[in-house]
Amino acid sequence: MEPLRILTSRTAVLPAANIDTDQIIPARFLTTTTRAGLGARLFADWRYDAQGTARAEFALNQPAAVGCRILVAGRNFGCGSSREHAAWALTDYGFRAVISTEIADIFRTNALKNGLLPVIVAETAAAWLIAHPGVAVTIDVARSTLALPDGRTVSFPLEPFAQHCLLEGLDELGFLLARTPDIDAFERRV
Amino acid sequence: MARAPQTLFEKVWQRHLVCAESAAIPAVLYIDLHLVHEVTSPQAFALLRERGLPVRSPARTLATMDHSTPTTTAQVFGGAPIAIDAAARQVRELEANCAEFGVELLGLRHAQRGIVHVIGPELGLSQPGMTIVCGDSHTSTHGALGALAFGIGTTEVGHVLATQCLLQRKPRTLAVEVSGRLASGVTAKDLILAVIGRLGVSGGTGHVIEYRGDTIRGLDMEERMTICNMSIEAGARAGMIAPDDMTFSYLAGRPRVPAGDAWERALALWRELPSDEGARFDREVSIDAAAVEPMITYGTNPGMVMPIGAHIPQRPDDATFARALEYMGLNAGEPIKDQPVNVVFIGSCTNARLSDLRKAAAVLRGRRIARGLTMLVVPGSQQVKRAAEAEGLDRVFLDAGAEWRESGCSMCLGMNGDVVGRGQYAISTSNRNFEGRQGAGARTLLASPLTAAASAVRGRVTDPRELA
Repeated sequence: MEPLRILTSRTAVLPAANIDTDQIIPARFLTTTTRAGLGARLFADWRYDAQGTARAEFALNQPAAVGCRILVAGRNFGCGSSREHAAWALTDYGFRAVISTEIADIFRTNALKNGLLPVIVAETAAAWLIAHPGVAVTIDVARSTLALPDGRTVSFPLEPFAQHCLLEGLDELGFLLARTPDIDAFERRV
Repeated sequence: MARAPQTLFEKVWQRHLVCAESAAIPAVLYIDLHLVHEVTSPQAFALLRERGLPVRSPARTLATMDHSTPTTTAQVFGGAPIAIDAAARQVRELEANCAEFGVELLGLRHAQRGIVHVIGPELGLSQPGMTIVCGDSHTSTHGALGALAFGIGTTEVGHVLATQCLLQRKPRTLAVEVSGRLASGVTAKDLILAVIGRLGVSGGTGHVIEYRGDTIRGLDMEERMTICNMSIEAGARAGMIAPDDMTFSYLAGRPRVPAGDAWERALALWRELPSDEGARFDREVSIDAAAVEPMITYGTNPGMVMPIGAHIPQRPDDATFARALEYMGLNAGEPIKDQPVNVVFIGSCTNARLSDLRKAAAVLRGRRIARGLTMLVVPGSQQVKRAAEAEGLDRVFLDAGAEWRESGCSMCLGMNGDVVGRGQYAISTSNRNFEGRQGAGARTLLASPLTAAASAVRGRVTDPRELA
């Protein structure tokens, strides 16, 4: 996993609440057996119409959204299915952070495992970001802060171990494998 | 000193701590049972291969195929090729991965195959007090037996395959206390839809729900599974119900439960699991079961739900709400009753067990589905299918004009080609009415098997009490 320390980017904004993982990556694209290439299917049914033509009005299809690495979304982003394909599709597309007032549990866990930072902020900051699409913001992972262009800096909760893994570019599997003696002892005990 | 009273969840959590959590590091939680399916496992097996790791505990791992598998008998048993190439590839890849890593597989033609959350309890694999995970959010279903069961992503599937453990922060607890009698025509599905309506689709985020109270104690095991199944639709990764004599008699004699003395020892441990008197929950919510009516969704998430006779609410300042109604082709302030439907789906890990099929068949017996309507009945497992056939339910469905299929997830998520057409309305006994969930452009109304069957007869949204 690539370390994530400081991220500065313009934002792309999807104001809808409760964006579920079926929207992020529809089920018909889950027949893949690899992680690669899912960015092309990200928000497939919102980006393209039934004929496969890009919908010009959709935020990610607008020229200003090109190259944005931070997605701002309405409340309760990533609810629904546990498909990690949702996190893979977002990172493959180029996103490294998602900002919302609420982010669903399983998606949040999956995101962190893939170097995609879930940023939970208060309603006031979220409302301001939704009202100002395309602004450049800076996320500091070590301080767990988000700096807005109007000079405000807001902090967000970040689980310390996940923060450590993001900063160092580590994955958890190495840590778990190093607990093997404890796991062996547990299995003997029960 | 007496131990502080504990909840069911806390007892199960405590018993599975390999390493307790600290401020810096989450708990290392031991997993008793890992269920694996074809869609969320290929990349996890690839991770093991990349790192040269074996599956640590094949005996605690069971694989099956359900999500992308066909439901037509010709494709499952008749030798016809699986129509979707990518799905066929996933099936072959799971077979190869299980063979390579020594994992037991209930494969496509196995007599015990089925939806992963139907076969776990059915085989007696899912037991009280266990930790159970699967790369599927409806793993919460197994909480009906008093297990701590939750969905995980594919990276975590890899972690469990390699170490039988997960790194977890302890979630908070939410008691949903349900009291009173469910009225005639009102099912466990209606109750959980009412609970989700009350909590909202993120009301359970960060929590494990314990469903409690006299109504819950009075539900049979399949009804309890329907309840726990939809915990995730309120945002809660897990839902649990205290094991009791109903649980133990359900499990007794199933193929994978302990036998002889081991059964007695297990029973003694299971009886200690229910939450202690005075145990504290982080939050509590009370629901009056007697006030619950047959419920139906009208929007694009399971929290957009109302009694079947109600009018769609008006939320003039809510753009997400307006967008949902636009997608659904429905209007605020109008009733949903008598809305014409094109497709009826009886199936999914929520409502495809024998008792669900019996309920739907009771409505359809001696009746026919409306002209022009398509109805799919997809049993939750091959065992459910055979049990239903043994009591003639297949004939009831076929005589009514419905299709009777092999088991699988099918039209719940439309991965296998069983889809609802663009713009069409489906009444579905499944768990999600998200945009495009049952097919691109499909419009899903979630309801109970009784409501789905009654609506199939009339070809429009129908209160099942009118056909009783």
